Amino acid sequence: MAAIAIRDVTKTYGKLRVIHGVSLDVDDGAFIVIVGPSGCGKSSLLRMVAGLEPITAGEIAIGGRVVNGLEPRERNVAMVFQNYALYPHMSVFDNMAYGLKIAGLAKADIRARVERAAAMLQLQPYLARKPRELSGGQRQRVAMGRALVRDPDVFLFDEPLSNLDAKLRVQMRLEIRQLQRAVGTTALYVTHDQVEAMTLADRLVVMHNGVAEQVGTPMEVYRAPATTFVAGFIGSPSMTLLAASVAESGKGLALDGGGLVKPRDTALPEPGRRVLVGVRPEHLSAVSAPNADLELKVTAVEALGADTLAHGVLCGRNGAGATLVARLPGGTRIGPGETLPLAIAPGATHLFDAGTGRRIEPAGR
Amino acid sequence: MIERRPLLSLITHGTLVLGAAIFAFPIWLAFVASTHTGREVNRGLSLLPGDRMWENYATVLGDGLSTAGAPPIGLMLFNSTVMALAIALGKIAISLLSTFAIVYFRFPFRVLAFWTIFITLMLPVEVRILPTFEVVADLGLLNSYAGLSIPLIASATATFLFRQFFMTVPDELAEAARIDGAGPMRFFRDILLPLSRTNLAALFVILFIYGWNQYLWPLLVTTDEGYYTVVMGIQRMANSGDQLPQWHLIMATAILAMLPPVAVIVAMQRLFVKGLVETEK
Ligand SMILES: Nc1ncnc2c1ncn2[C@@H]1O[C@H](COP(=O)(O)OP(=O)(O)O)[C@@H](O)[C@H]1O
Ligand SMILES: [Mg+2]
Repeated sequence: MAAIAIRDVTKTYGKLRVIHGVSLDVDDGAFIVIVGPSGCGKSSLLRMVAGLEPITAGEIAIGGRVVNGLEPRERNVAMVFQNYALYPHMSVFDNMAYGLKIAGLAKADIRARVERAAAMLQLQPYLARKPRELSGGQRQRVAMGRALVRDPDVFLFDEPLSNLDAKLRVQMRLEIRQLQRAVGTTALYVTHDQVEAMTLADRLVVMHNGVAEQVGTPMEVYRAPATTFVAGFIGSPSMTLLAASVAESGKGLALDGGGLVKPRDTALPEPGRRVLVGVRPEHLSAVSAPNADLELKVTAVEALGADTLAHGVLCGRNGAGATLVARLPGGTRIGPGETLPLAIAPGATHLFDAGTGRRIEPAGR
Repeated sequence: MIERRPLLSLITHGTLVLGAAIFAFPIWLAFVASTHTGREVNRGLSLLPGDRMWENYATVLGDGLSTAGAPPIGLMLFNSTVMALAIALGKIAISLLSTFAIVYFRFPFRVLAFWTIFITLMLPVEVRILPTFEVVADLGLLNSYAGLSIPLIASATATFLFRQFFMTVPDELAEAARIDGAGPMRFFRDILLPLSRTNLAALFVILFIYGWNQYLWPLLVTTDEGYYTVVMGIQRMANSGDQLPQWHLIMATAILAMLPPVAVIVAMQRLFVKGLVETEK
């Protein structure tokens, strides 16, 4: 167990710079999820922590010890790969025991450790099998077991659930979280799946183009996304962003499509400032026409059972022409072509600077 | 799409049987010849085996063809085995290691090393035979097992096969091993080598036969009968000076010379099939 400190780390492949100075502090025993779209540099960052890629600049410390120059084995980390990377010619037992054998542990000790891990992962019946004789979920467990037996300072996961089907993914997600809690080992987990990120993380790192755009608990990130990228990436369906200016009166937002929206419980910045107004689908509700902030011309409806998603284009006085999604209660009866008056929940309007995309935190909040 | 029609399958089977017969016929003739007396063979060959099989093979294996200046065939078979094994194992060892270096390590002049190995592909023994002979002679390796095998070990064929294979091994496997604490040689021994087992078996068969069938090179570097190999030995037997060649004994030798490669193929085929079934994913 150990804390991890990442200090201004950058990474270049040849001339291509893929990580532009990331800093991150991970507390001992925390479960940190690095989330971002494909190609944003998540794996590169993780692999630098693992010691599989040299650190171009900056510093990484594990348990207070700078590890820049250390080989993976000297860092005492364990890693779970997306394709599991099990040794195909070795039995499940040998796969888990391999690292321990190299470390020179006594046979009895190895056996005890592997069996304990196998019990935690319900792998005892499969110890003699080869990886190819296992299902995807079982292989995933073996990969977990291989990490577990080593009793490392840090677990590193690189999209470990991407090759599983949806149902198994949910199940393994819970198992990974329980296991990590049980053993209390610091974990760094990379994924492109925001649901995985939200459910697993103590703290979330949202990466975009080699920059950590925001670090925070899942709810912090959801409630107050620091940039328009984070706003669009976390939450499903994505937050709608409408271009607007703060009205000269200072009492509302003048949408580019026309009209004035007066968000409740939201402090506005100085008049005239160009902004992006963010509204999450779940913060819109169907109301009677006079109380509506927005009017949606519905183009498509997705009935998901628990919720109904209404996709459409704004019409009427406010913001005409912009596309928007609203999440309505499951039973809502609505069809394409209808006009839907919508109200924005109090305090649920997010404001971003139109130029920088950064969140505007009005003074006094 | 091939239709299943009786006539068609009759024709295809007929063609196959004919083809097989054409290939097998010389071997059959050799076998038949090895079971008759020398006089019968020189008179003209029957197509049915005679009754001298045990005597002929006993002669060949026991005394050899003293008149033809060839050593007993047992020694030649042994020499061939030593040479073929040395070539097969030597080539495999060298190419495994060089491929490992080229695929898994980044070192100065890596590309140059790769192309140098590649160029040796264009220089089989026959092309470089005179300079190679000169070198081997200067090193005093004429009439030795080293002289027979070492010049044939240095070539790149196997390097390329292994390279193709190593490239299909996922990088994550090497990375997982690194994280497990395995150094490069340990990864090579514990993971890469076992995974290459099927390829090793296939290559061993090919290279063993390649070594076994060497003719020109042994002919050149051996003058001492003690180092004759069987394939070149047969040639010595046929060039028997004034006397008529003893065809019945030569044919017996030829049949015996064919057996070890066949044995290697049969033995290794088991491993192929097992490997093919096992490497599935
Ligand atoms: N070994 C490498 N050599 C060159 N470029 C690489 C290498 N690994 C990754 N990259 C590039 O770095 C960027 C980030 O990659 P990666 O860290 O794998 O992203 P992610 O895991 O977020 O999808 C990508 O543009 C990728 O093409
Ligand atoms: Mg990745």
